[in-house]
Amino acid sequence: MLFLNHIYLIPLLPAFGAAMMFFFGRRLQKATVDAVCVGVVALAFLFACFTIVEYTHFAHGTGQPFQKVAYTWLGTGDGHLTFAKKDWTLAAFNVDAGFLLDPLSCIWLLFVTGVGMLIHIYSTGYMAHEGGYYRFFGYMNLFMFSMLTLILANNYILLFVGWEGVGLCSYLLIGFYFHRHSASTAANKAFIVNRIGDAGFILGALTLVWYLGSFRFTDINALARSGHFAIGDPVLTAAALLLFVGACGKSAQLPLYVWLPDAMEGPTPVSALIHAATMVTAGVYMVARSNAIFVLAPTAMKTVAIVGALTAVFAASIALVQNDIKRVLAYSTVSQLGYMFLALGVGAFAAGVFHVFTHAFFKALLFLGSGSVIHALSGEQNMRNMGDLRKRIPTTYKTMLIATLAIAGIFPFAGFFSKDEILWQTWASEGGAYRILWFVGYGTALMTAFYMFRLMYLTFFSPSRMSHEVEHHVHESPKSMTVPLVILAICSIGAGWLSWPHSLGGSANFENFLEPVFAREALVLEEEGKAAQLAAGEKEAEHTDNTEYALMFLSLAAAAVGWGMARRSYMNARKDYPEPIAVKAPPLYNLLYNRWFVDEGYDYAFTGRRKIGKVRLGVMGAGEAASWFDAKIVDGAVNNVGWVTRAVATLSTWWDKWIIDGVGVNGPAILARMISYPARLFEWGLVQWYALVMVAGLLGFGVYYVWK
Amino acid sequence: MVPITTFHYLVVAAALFVLGVIGVLTRRNVVIVLMSIELILNAVNLNLVAFSRMWGNLHGQVFSIFVTVDAAAEAAVGLGILIAFFRNKETINVDEIDLLKW
Repeated sequence: MLFLNHIYLIPLLPAFGAAMMFFFGRRLQKATVDAVCVGVVALAFLFACFTIVEYTHFAHGTGQPFQKVAYTWLGTGDGHLTFAKKDWTLAAFNVDAGFLLDPLSCIWLLFVTGVGMLIHIYSTGYMAHEGGYYRFFGYMNLFMFSMLTLILANNYILLFVGWEGVGLCSYLLIGFYFHRHSASTAANKAFIVNRIGDAGFILGALTLVWYLGSFRFTDINALARSGHFAIGDPVLTAAALLLFVGACGKSAQLPLYVWLPDAMEGPTPVSALIHAATMVTAGVYMVARSNAIFVLAPTAMKTVAIVGALTAVFAASIALVQNDIKRVLAYSTVSQLGYMFLALGVGAFAAGVFHVFTHAFFKALLFLGSGSVIHALSGEQNMRNMGDLRKRIPTTYKTMLIATLAIAGIFPFAGFFSKDEILWQTWASEGGAYRILWFVGYGTALMTAFYMFRLMYLTFFSPSRMSHEVEHHVHESPKSMTVPLVILAICSIGAGWLSWPHSLGGSANFENFLEPVFAREALVLEEEGKAAQLAAGEKEAEHTDNTEYALMFLSLAAAAVGWGMARRSYMNARKDYPEPIAVKAPPLYNLLYNRWFVDEGYDYAFTGRRKIGKVRLGVMGAGEAASWFDAKIVDGAVNNVGWVTRAVATLSTWWDKWIIDGVGVNGPAILARMISYPARLFEWGLVQWYALVMVAGLLGFGVYYVWK
Repeated sequence: MVPITTFHYLVVAAALFVLGVIGVLTRRNVVIVLMSIELILNAVNLNLVAFSRMWGNLHGQVFSIFVTVDAAAEAAVGLGILIAFFRNKETINVDEIDLLKW
């Protein structure tokens, strides 16, 4: 129990390496940096191996999880935080810094530390000529620490600590060459898109604690499997969907995948470790960990499956026409992650996890191999300028060929078993409810074979399109880079054999190992009376064996067809070779080459940088429009309510001035003046007027007396 | 040849009287107004003398001596008022003598 009791050392060893780099890295020699950083990861790997061996003794096949709590992180004095739960009872929970080891985390632990160690060794060769050597290894170790915390956490909050940590390290490592504007922009994009997912994750975790009262996986699993909650419970569905949003962000599924292709700005070992083997699988891990919740929410499972399938085919379509070797691999990663989520969504959790396992090996190999090619070509990444490298860098060629055969799903390489298992489960799951997704997956498999062999032919086979400068300097990579390639190639061949399916006579060890983690929900599915897709796989009705063979044959056929099409188009690709899609359907080529204009779409819709005239577009534009509405119309209405008051005041003023004062007050005065006018005539002051009046009076007398 | 009767004298006197009245009423210059007043008085004198001849006694003539004296006195006083007024207001325009307004 020695290793199990000190399981906290596994994440702490790389943390120690990162701390060393932080404090002393600048002053250290390259060799010292190598020894410290690669050493701690190698130690962590060995430690992990021994721990897993001890765990198998501990669990004796029951799959009982091993928990070790280091200390209570969040909680009041007596170790509890209280809050009101949904049914208004008081819940007391605490968040510990605790570690959980069960079959699921064993698998992840194994390949994360293993592939991590190989990539660290590779990086000593790849980054040998780059500046910032110690900084790179410091960040890589920090990443290993975060990822291991994520995997070994026993509750959602500690998992989230690791989750955020890997996001941070992704940002730091993508933006490693921060002097390049494109690199720092890509790092920002990765972090920001991840953050959107994180919001979903937090909401999901908090919904779960509000509803179920605990963050700990063991508690939640116990509650969920107790039968207390109905299938399709709305709160659990909401929580599951929110957690899946988090997974979409971290694992680059459909709406939130846009950061992964841009993340290729980072050094190639970063792409291999973070964006192929480990960080992007964190979403898959989290969903697999929460399988008890997802099983109770069929709507969420359907969503996961559909999003996964769509992502797979969408990303594969873009990869068909990309020219940058790393971009092709990035979209391939998104596509394969789609497969994993498709598997989780149809209920085949073990198949999904198995695909994660095999994918880690061959995708890391592909990325490291492409790094080797780029290293050999002095930095050239565009496949249009490669060719004829087969004889010149043979080790790289052979290992990449093995990886390509694996990813295309050719028997007996690793990818065949895992991909085939996923496709079979999709076809047969829940009595064929997901058959349409099988077709989507099948199309994706064909496309995968096509673009991967396209990559191989353009890079290694076709006549050389390299510039003379580059061609001169082509050289095989140093041992520090080729040895990890060879080891990963061996794994890519053999990893699939860990789960040789029953239909071909094997005993499906891998799925048996995982059975305890997923078994309970298998029972739930069966109790539903649905026709059988159990994640454990061993109780599956063997009556459909024939269908399974037929499907196996069909997927091999798809791989072969894809291979053949690629060979025909690209085997002899000379300079300025035409793309077959561009020749047959130029508008489609344009659409795929521009990645379905999704980035442009997001730019228009969300960044608020685009305007038509003065009007801002998208969500920010809606905000601006709302602000304008509030300032002009709503406030205008408020202001104009005062208009009525003003109008009344004006009326009142007029009334007072003209009617009251004019008529009422001045009127009598004017009247008096008018009436008195004749009377005033008597005292005008004009002498001649007086004389006239006198004469008029005299005349009057005269007239009177004459007429009398 | 028409014999000159009393009537002709009365017509002349009336004409002179009317002219005098018109002058009083319409002239702007105060001195002219005073002269017009003299004209009125002389018209009255002429009227009186005509009647005296008509009746054959001296009543009219005596009356006209009185009128003449009165006219003279009045002229003196009027001019005195005019001069006093001129000292005050520097004008002899009758329209501007309107201080005794309401």
